[in-house]
Amino acid sequence: MNHWFKSGKPWIWLTAGAVSISLIAVIGLLLMIAWRGLSFFWPAPIHEMQVQTPTGATTVLIGERYETEEIPVSRLNESGVFLEDYDSPVLQRYLIKVGNREYVPLDFTWVLEPSIVSDTTPKDLAVIERSKDGNFYGYPVDVLENGESVLTSQSNLRDVLFERIERAVEFNEQAMDLQNDEISTINYQIEQLRLERRGLQLEGKLTPAEEDRIASEQAALREDYMEIEKELFALRDQAGRDAVVMRDMRGEEVTLPMYRVLDVTFPNDMNILQKWGHFFVQVAKFVSEDPREANTEGGVFPAIFGTVFMVLLMSVLVTPFGVIAAVYLHEYAGKNIVTRVIRIAVINLAGVPSIVYGVFGLGFFVYMVGGTLDQIFYPESLPTPTFGTPGVLWSAITLAILTLPVVIVSTEEGLSRIPSTLREGSLALGATKAETIWRIILPMASPAIMTGLILAVARAAGEVAPLMLVGVVKSAPMLPVDGNFPYLHVDRKFMHLGFHIYDVGFQSPNVEAARPLVYATSFLLVTVIVGLNLTAIGVRNHLREKYRSLEH
Amino acid sequence: MTTNTKQSQLAANRGRLFKDRATRWGVTFGGGMVLIALLLIFFYLLYVVEPIFRSVDVEKQYDFDIPGGGSTLAMGVEEQSEIGYRFNDLGELIFFATEASERLNRNIGDVLLSELVTDSAPTAFAMTAPQNNRYALAHSQGFVTVVQPKFRVSFPNDLRTIVPVVDIISGSEPLQVDEAGQAIRKLAYDYDGESMLFAAVTDDNRFIVNKFVGSENFMTGAVELKSNFTEVEFNGTVDELEVTPDLRQVFARRGNRVYVFDVAIDGSVSESQLLNVNAKELGNVTTMELLAGASSLVLGHDSGAISQWFQVPSDDGRQYEYIRKFQAAKAAITEIVVEYYRRTFYAIDANGELGVFHTTSEANLYQERPADIAAERAVIDPRANSLMVQANNKMHFYDLDNEHPEVSWSGIWQEVWYEGYPEPTYTWQSTSGSDDFEPKFSLVPISFGTIKAAAYAMLVAVPLGLAAAVYTAYFMSPSVRKVVKPTVELMEALPTVILGFLAGLWLAPIIEQYLPGIVSVLILIPLTIVLLAFISTKLPQKIRQQLTDGRAALILLPFILFVGWASFAASPLVEELLFGGNVRGFITNELGVTFDQRNSIVVGVAMGFAVIPTIFSIAEDAVFSVPKHLSNGSLALGATTWQTLTKVVLLTASPGIFSAVMMGLGRAVGETMIVLMATGNTPIMDWNIFEGMRTLSANIAVEMPESEVGGTHYRILFLAAFVLFIFTFMFNTVAELVRQRLREKYSSM
Repeated sequence: MNHWFKSGKPWIWLTAGAVSISLIAVIGLLLMIAWRGLSFFWPAPIHEMQVQTPTGATTVLIGERYETEEIPVSRLNESGVFLEDYDSPVLQRYLIKVGNREYVPLDFTWVLEPSIVSDTTPKDLAVIERSKDGNFYGYPVDVLENGESVLTSQSNLRDVLFERIERAVEFNEQAMDLQNDEISTINYQIEQLRLERRGLQLEGKLTPAEEDRIASEQAALREDYMEIEKELFALRDQAGRDAVVMRDMRGEEVTLPMYRVLDVTFPNDMNILQKWGHFFVQVAKFVSEDPREANTEGGVFPAIFGTVFMVLLMSVLVTPFGVIAAVYLHEYAGKNIVTRVIRIAVINLAGVPSIVYGVFGLGFFVYMVGGTLDQIFYPESLPTPTFGTPGVLWSAITLAILTLPVVIVSTEEGLSRIPSTLREGSLALGATKAETIWRIILPMASPAIMTGLILAVARAAGEVAPLMLVGVVKSAPMLPVDGNFPYLHVDRKFMHLGFHIYDVGFQSPNVEAARPLVYATSFLLVTVIVGLNLTAIGVRNHLREKYRSLEH
Repeated sequence: MTTNTKQSQLAANRGRLFKDRATRWGVTFGGGMVLIALLLIFFYLLYVVEPIFRSVDVEKQYDFDIPGGGSTLAMGVEEQSEIGYRFNDLGELIFFATEASERLNRNIGDVLLSELVTDSAPTAFAMTAPQNNRYALAHSQGFVTVVQPKFRVSFPNDLRTIVPVVDIISGSEPLQVDEAGQAIRKLAYDYDGESMLFAAVTDDNRFIVNKFVGSENFMTGAVELKSNFTEVEFNGTVDELEVTPDLRQVFARRGNRVYVFDVAIDGSVSESQLLNVNAKELGNVTTMELLAGASSLVLGHDSGAISQWFQVPSDDGRQYEYIRKFQAAKAAITEIVVEYYRRTFYAIDANGELGVFHTTSEANLYQERPADIAAERAVIDPRANSLMVQANNKMHFYDLDNEHPEVSWSGIWQEVWYEGYPEPTYTWQSTSGSDDFEPKFSLVPISFGTIKAAAYAMLVAVPLGLAAAVYTAYFMSPSVRKVVKPTVELMEALPTVILGFLAGLWLAPIIEQYLPGIVSVLILIPLTIVLLAFISTKLPQKIRQQLTDGRAALILLPFILFVGWASFAASPLVEELLFGGNVRGFITNELGVTFDQRNSIVVGVAMGFAVIPTIFSIAEDAVFSVPKHLSNGSLALGATTWQTLTKVVLLTASPGIFSAVMMGLGRAVGETMIVLMATGNTPIMDWNIFEGMRTLSANIAVEMPESEVGGTHYRILFLAAFVLFIFTFMFNTVAELVRQRLREKYSSM
């Protein structure tokens, strides 16, 4: 035995075990995020349960089964719950999402497995997705128009319901469009006029003529606004015409106004195809819709948009600098102390904690550079800062410094793979060094530059800590790109997928309800980042193969 | 023709040459930009941090003759430092300009308003704590007039205009403080927004306390004052009196003894403590003052020392205790002036020297005769931007630059005795609701938290990461390695916000619930692996050939999964059998250890997970690039693979492994999102594995958005960032230097 230990066999297997554990951790984690994230979109069956309360009476619960947990019976006893005729030391309990937030005290409730008398999934149970107060579970009973029932003996309740919901959603969308386009444009123009007036005043050029002009323009805009507002109210009235009557788990009939209803589904009455259809529709909604209810419901479109926009802006900034630095280090730098120092600087830039970049970005870019820009170019809007406040431009610049080493390291690796014969050949034919680099080296290294850029993008997309200081917000009212001149508003704050995860998971009022959404967002982010990384690895491997054939 | 072509060719060549040179310069500059960026971060952080360690700057602006006559009882400066005022011994309140203004036709020293507040020269005088800014003047026959100098600010034509106003708080009738109608010799006064408290010594040497309780008349809205008069028994003469702004305590000093009296809400007085000042050590007491926040009493001594006293919880309730002293001057202290909101005070000694001190940071910020005058009296404005000194029948006006007195190097890194604390502690508590709160900026607890978090993470990451790296580089078959290495490295790309979210919301509850399962996983998995290794040697030859060491990692996968699952599945049973179904209760009650849901285990696992790929990747490269002829030589000489690994390969690769650990440590120290979400963020100092911590990085992320730009808190957070920068700079630079040397070594082999 002793001899066997000395042979090192157990140690080798222990090191192998470390690899196995690491693999299990990575793959398990990815699978778990995928499973939890995707099951969010799957239509879960709705249960109707008869539950025995401690007093002996039974109540009805309608809702989704959210989580299952095993707990020791003794812990239940300690908290004052005693179960008769139950011998097993552990039992299961379920977390049921009962929704109907405004009618019940808690929209989540724990149910002990032995206290369930019956558990069914009736086909008529519906989930109503609402723009306020979350989901509603219950049986549809009636559809109302101006308070009168529209059901006739021939009509099918579900058909009428779907049709009326579609109509209300249509009106709601029109109203939203009006609000987001016309009204926000008018508001923007009024604000611009105010700034123009203030600017002229500061320069001392505010003549009465100018003042009249601005006032009349403002008045015209206000008139337009009144008209659009009328239109908006008309649309809202239209949308508010209908209502749906639901019977909830208390057995009471509740009238829900249709303008709050977004969708109705009967998950217990779906076949597998319909479920898949519903699944993909939900995924599409998730990536294309705005968030609702303090980000705990709805989609993540602004976060996706903000992330992509910021990352693009960062790429534009980081690529030239990264490539130039790499070219310097590989093609120009001599073997001297300066080069060594620069290499150490690169490693350190990669190793400095991201929060330090955030602090630096906040102090230097936002307050110092941004504050100065405001004083020079935007004195009219002071004391409201324009660039002297966190925004997407500063986030992009901060992350550009943070990801600079990634681009440098990757590009340099690409440069070092290009055989020196190529350089020498080009120089021998009379090209200058600059021409060689521009015409020969850089084109050949472009896949490596691409790899570096992809890795930088992947890193930037997942970085949250610095952004919390230099520009990310939990909810941005306006996207950084819109229809108002100059179309790109790099001074605006933006939403970010990573911060969305932090914010919804830790700062939202109803963490339990928001958790599936966080998993879904995480899955989205992980997919993007792992995808980008795999692409980069693929490009790199392809590159290696390509240059291996050049080396003889 | 030919010369033409030649010339144009020459010109073209010149252009090419120029472009070449321009590129060289451009690229070199671009390369240098990396260095510049790093230096910029370093120096910018330093630039923001530096002001907190500056001492006070006192810069003389001008002087002028004392406006109005008489000798000064008290003086003050308004918030914008435009107007000053003084009370003189004739009972006059005189306002004067301290800033010239053409628009308002004001010259420095001009009297703007002078009003006689009392009919006759006041017999005694008292002022409230500076932020209340009220003054009490005693007449003969026990009457007192309360006055507040006020300033009306208006903005005609968008330009600020400040006009002084005298507000007589006590109304047309002075308040009768002494019911016996005796003249008052010594007076102390303060008010809490409703009621007023007077403490006084009369001509016939009685010590009286009178509390005027204000109550609003609901019909008229006027405030009526009800007097609660008490005569306190006191032997001997009172030298000095003080009243706290919460009207709960009166201090009476007789020589080197300070008597503390408690005043009840109804105005009744009881003696609560006697402070005996150690005159041998500190010198005789010359003056007494309350610091901002009114928790601390400072005493000036004739030895030039100033001592600070505050209430500390003890067996007999909260008792005043001697805390610390400042050697403020060489001569006796004649006056102590306190700031409005901060714990800074200004002391003048008998030689006219001015000293500036801060209690929390124990900082001696300034000590000299400003512009060589002998100061008699001094006063500062509410914002502590200017200092007015009376000396030699002149007023001297100074710009005061004292932005961050509350911070000193010792205050950040050493134990500090904060007001109300039983003993000196390391505490981080940066903000509070009130203005005169004493901020506690000790970076020790959060640096400790950083080290603790990093240590637990390394405890997980170093064994796993290094073992996995060694196996992957040395034992694993190449085909498996090609898949395994990128997979583990993929971990590095996972956003830490996701790891943090999972750690906080998924892992933390699991660990809390399945604690026995976690422990059994730690024990059972290594045992299983060793057991499987043993079984594999006993298997028939045929199977053994398939089960090479190179595939062990894959073979182990299902077994480890099973053992892990079994441990967790059995966890509730184990809990039931060994701990009566409640491990948490067992830990808290039986072991007496605090248990938080977001604790060090969660951080260790989650952050360990984030650090593993860093360590794995660099260490694997180091082991893999050890020249093959070394290991082959060792094997050829008869060493086993394990001996070759430990005696040859690992020794050669040890610098690389070291640099891997350093890089990992650097990452663990700076990681923000995981610790932010998984630690609970409480700045405690305890190695307890079941409690959380607050790290430098999480502290910055939490507090930076709410700190005031340019304020002390903001700069301290920059200092935290700077400390992080230096930490990681050291780790990374050492790691990189070691790696560069290793690379040179390999290339020579």
